[in-house]
Amino acid sequence: MNSKENTEKSYTEQMRPDVKMQSIGLNAWFGQKQALKDINLTVKANAVTAIIGPSGCGKSTFIRTLNRMHELVPTAKMSGQVLLDGKDIYADEVDPVQIRRRVGMVFQKPNPFPTMSIYDNVAAGLKLTGAKKGKNLDEVVKRSLEQATLWEEVKDDLKKPGTSISGGQQQRLCIARAIALQPEVILMDEPCSALDPIATAKIEELIVNLKNDYTVVIVTHSMQQAARVSDFTAFMYLGQLVEFGETSGVFENPKNELTEKYITGKFG
Amino acid sequence: MNRKFTGDNVFKILAAVIAASAVVILIVTAYTLVSGSVPVLQRFGLGFFAGTQWNPVEGREIFGALPYVLGTLVTSGIALLIGVPLSIGIAVFLVEMAPKALRVPIAYLVELLAAVPSVIYGLWGLFVFRFWIQNYIEIPVSNSLGWLPIFSGTPFGLDVLTAGIILAIMIIPTVASISKEVIGAVPNSIREGAYSIGATKWEVIRHWVLSYGRSGIFGAVILGLGRAVGETMAVTMVIGNTIGPAAIPTSLFKPSQTMSSLIANGFLESTASLEKSAYIGVGLFLLLLSLIINIAAHVMVTRVLKVKGGAVE
Repeated sequence: MNSKENTEKSYTEQMRPDVKMQSIGLNAWFGQKQALKDINLTVKANAVTAIIGPSGCGKSTFIRTLNRMHELVPTAKMSGQVLLDGKDIYADEVDPVQIRRRVGMVFQKPNPFPTMSIYDNVAAGLKLTGAKKGKNLDEVVKRSLEQATLWEEVKDDLKKPGTSISGGQQQRLCIARAIALQPEVILMDEPCSALDPIATAKIEELIVNLKNDYTVVIVTHSMQQAARVSDFTAFMYLGQLVEFGETSGVFENPKNELTEKYITGKFG
Repeated sequence: MNRKFTGDNVFKILAAVIAASAVVILIVTAYTLVSGSVPVLQRFGLGFFAGTQWNPVEGREIFGALPYVLGTLVTSGIALLIGVPLSIGIAVFLVEMAPKALRVPIAYLVELLAAVPSVIYGLWGLFVFRFWIQNYIEIPVSNSLGWLPIFSGTPFGLDVLTAGIILAIMIIPTVASISKEVIGAVPNSIREGAYSIGATKWEVIRHWVLSYGRSGIFGAVILGLGRAVGETMAVTMVIGNTIGPAAIPTSLFKPSQTMSSLIANGFLESTASLEKSAYIGVGLFLLLLSLIINIAAHVMVTRVLKVKGGAVE
């Protein structure tokens, strides 16, 4: 991977077209506590990148730096670069709002908007940019719900509150909400940790399908899940990136002793 | 062991008696007001509510409470119009924007406004604030827009507008601190969800935070209204205290009278029993209005707390 001394421009030149996002020398803090230490990681386009590691290793913090959600925490600081299509999303002229529309997010606990209907949950992001009610919006809502494999289950209840459906359905609703904006990247922060096994299986199937249209980064607690859904896996420990590579390689042939210990269940 | 058991029982009975006394006081108050207002209601019937004349002179007595009911509603309405946006602004600032170091001291200062005795607001209103209103608002507005009915009258500073603004200041601590709690109770996951689909801070506050907290904020507003409706001293000192049809609040720049200021001004000087009964009747209206407002607020606030409990999970 690139060394830190290079300029931003040369990174851009070096980036291969299949690299969607890249973090360079990324550090992050909460107050005095350093949560990320010098993370250099590439995220390939149209692939699923899984980030695994024990609790508190910084994996959630890491993906929250990829769409500038990290900075919403009052004490949060960061340094380094995060490139999206070769451009630093932390550059002065970049509007975080635009980044969050290009890099969508699904959270650990399903968080559909309780004051909005299922329909409005999906349409909310588009309405912010002035989309008017009508056929076009109906189409996008339908397509997003279809892509999130939720349409058949909710098509007769679009006016019901977003919180009236089951947890697994709520999480797929949140995925539809992210998809509706046609983002380039979808970040998922332990999207199945609050769900039962059947709902989890549905979401995992969905994640694998999503990579046809989107780049997916998923943080997960479950190594089995990482092995099932991802193409690339990053193992983080104590705020550092320990190992990164193709999922099969990381799981079958870990290069680092810590990785091996973690995936064989010796700690974590 | 036996002794402890008896002590518990005594305490239980004592606590029950004390708790019951709250109910008893309300019932006794209501009974007193109802029985006290029977003479005036018998004599004037609906006219006591709808009439505008107020004459205690014996032999020519006539009592109509409408101007004062309107006076209360109009001044309270102005108080809400001015006080609610300010209060919500304060609450939003404290929860969503203020740096941590400012949050606690400002919240404390806002709550301290509630501790200022209302007679102090009245004094300040009478000796200081009234002239600001008169010189910087009423005279300029009257000169240019005096032909509009709501700006008619001599700008004197002791009138509906001044009373409304003083009330606005007095309801701010109530509305702001409850709104602050309501906004603070909006789960962060909702804010994050909104940010994640590209909402700006303003949009998050407007479309998500305030929308999620709307019934709670509505409850806060109703409690503020309750305070404005019942407030007596400060209003009495700045509203000008007119009687009869002149008290109908037709213009912001005309003096008027509220139900509570009418009672405060007149009750002690009333001699004839029918006049006393009229004041008690006005008190009955005031109690009913306050009860309705407080019950409405209670219903709204409990409803929002229930919704909240359900929505978090």
